[in-house]
Amino acid sequence: MNVALAKTDTGRALSDVFAVARDRLPGAGEVADIRQQAFEAYERVGLPHRRIEEWKYTDLRVLMREVLPLAPAPDAAALKRAGAALKLHAIEGVRRLVLVDGAFAPKLSDTANLEKGLGIRTLREALEGGDSALHAQLFAPENADSMVALNSAVMTDGLVIDVAAGAVLTQPLHIVHIASSAAPAAMFTRSLLNLGKAANVTLVESYIAADGAKAYQAHDSLIVAIGDGARLDHVRLVEDDREAFNISSSVVTLGAHAHFNTFGMTSGSHVSRYQAVIAFAGEGSRVETNGVNLLNGRQHADTTLFLDHAVPNCASREIFRSVVDDRGHSVFQGRIIVRPDAQKTDAKMMTRALLLSDEAEADNKPELEIFADDVTCGHGATTGALDESLLFYLRARGLSEKEAQALLIQAFVGEAIESIANDALRELVISAAQRWLAARG
Amino acid sequence: MPLLEVKNLQVRVEDREILHELSLTVNKGEVHAIMGPNGSGKSTLSHVIAGKPGYEVTSGEILFNGEDLLAMSPDERSAKGVFLAFQYPVEIPGVATMTFLRTALNAQRKARGESEFSTPDFLKKVRAVATSLNIPQDMLRRGVNVGFSGGEKKRNEILQMALFEPSLCILDEMDSGLDIDAMRIAADGVNALRSPDRAMVVITHYQRLLNYIVPDFVHVMSKGRVVKSGDKELALELEASGYTQFEDAA
Repeated sequence: MNVALAKTDTGRALSDVFAVARDRLPGAGEVADIRQQAFEAYERVGLPHRRIEEWKYTDLRVLMREVLPLAPAPDAAALKRAGAALKLHAIEGVRRLVLVDGAFAPKLSDTANLEKGLGIRTLREALEGGDSALHAQLFAPENADSMVALNSAVMTDGLVIDVAAGAVLTQPLHIVHIASSAAPAAMFTRSLLNLGKAANVTLVESYIAADGAKAYQAHDSLIVAIGDGARLDHVRLVEDDREAFNISSSVVTLGAHAHFNTFGMTSGSHVSRYQAVIAFAGEGSRVETNGVNLLNGRQHADTTLFLDHAVPNCASREIFRSVVDDRGHSVFQGRIIVRPDAQKTDAKMMTRALLLSDEAEADNKPELEIFADDVTCGHGATTGALDESLLFYLRARGLSEKEAQALLIQAFVGEAIESIANDALRELVISAAQRWLAARG
Repeated sequence: MPLLEVKNLQVRVEDREILHELSLTVNKGEVHAIMGPNGSGKSTLSHVIAGKPGYEVTSGEILFNGEDLLAMSPDERSAKGVFLAFQYPVEIPGVATMTFLRTALNAQRKARGESEFSTPDFLKKVRAVATSLNIPQDMLRRGVNVGFSGGEKKRNEILQMALFEPSLCILDEMDSGLDIDAMRIAADGVNALRSPDRAMVVITHYQRLLNYIVPDFVHVMSKGRVVKSGDKELALELEASGYTQFEDAA
């Protein structure tokens, strides 16, 4: 009964949000109609809660309670704060594409001298333009998940990136999401990346906060189509403010003989959820999807992956490691479906959690649904504390308790980080993990 | 001043007393062998000296260069020069041997207020020691002891001993699981480290190791006490007569 009451309240509040926001949202005609349908789909469910199986461990009605009003377009002061935050999180040698409070910030972004075969537009431009095929792709994610539906209804901006067939981008693309509004607000963004045949791209996504931005909500989504023979390397770093919320979804489709290598690390935000659907649409393709959670305080981070083996002869590897201290809560849900035609599928998933305190919690939920008979599938999950015998060995060799723990934690997350192909990005992630360990004191 | 003085040590694990009134004095330059049947408390003594958690010292003391060793954490003891070569060295996947060696050596040096080794100096030193112990370079790139044979694990312990230059080396059942050839290589490594500034305590069940590492003193432990001490001849006597007489005596 309490739950029903809560739904009514949040529902009403959000209807107001949508009513107020609608006029500011880009796209008219068919786009506005699709948004209206998406919002209605959202309203039928409201915030996902524990009785929805996919959200069992991340009850947003309890953890998030409400959707905040849409962030105002960033003013000069907000952009200045964002610029300062950007300096602290700069990555060398990348093409930076910056979204501040959910709006593309051209002055903070590098859009000059685009490499041959690289096309970049904003989502706003794409929604306001009349390209129906593009609109169809942008709204392809289904409304079945209410947070995806909400994102479809309210998304304001993002990047639409096209990489032509055969283009090999030497410079990684870096989409930076910066929250800069001092008043807590919600940002809704969506980006689209199309890789033509045999294209090769590295995409980094970062979520960060400018000084003063605290309990905001980042609602993001990413749609990726990887063409035949193409390769995407993807690194996602959630470094949001520790009071913030990050709800992100992605939908990735691979053609034939394509390769998707993705790694995510969550060390920031108060509550985060990353849900990815990765679908094989062509034979001979490969996916590595790895991740690390580094949580403490009362942080809650949920990674929910769905690997859809719909065609034969594809391989997937999932390695997930979570390190949870204090009263942190890590959730990993890995669903693999091998459809009847997907013979010779080779799918493996391994998830391990390391609990550093008695009150830390980790939930691992592997789900394998196999409908083909000639496949290799496996999964494993472990949860435990640091091994006392290893700690003593290291201490007997001169390492302090903290140093010994740090070395073992680094080794624990190392297997997931190792898979990052780009040397500079791998080093960046390793040093981010080391900073987290050093901050444990 | 003796390097190590164990005085009337009583040690419990949960409700069981493992060491009773045990005393042992080791001076610099000496090699002591501690022999005894399984369960006599030999390994417990080595663990307590190194500071392994889980043992309760109910009375007695351990002095190291006159300092109270029991008041120090395991890492402080290591920095002071106590080294335990483990009977069962652990495997640490994901930590490269080279990284581990450098982290450990620099942690000890830092604790002593010494400067950290530069990378080229460190590499040179490790390579030289590894070559003398017949340790292939690719082993140093692998995870600590991961996929190492029994002999390789023991040689890795001796490599660390050579690198860290401790003043007290405790070798816990170094010969267990080794064939004669592996044992000879390990023993040669240990003998190369004998020095007037360093003492060794060699814990072993069998006399054969002592053919290769010849001790100055031999102690026999039974039921948590030293029941007999002598010179290297005592080890040969034991080889002939076995431990039964001491088990009865204790």
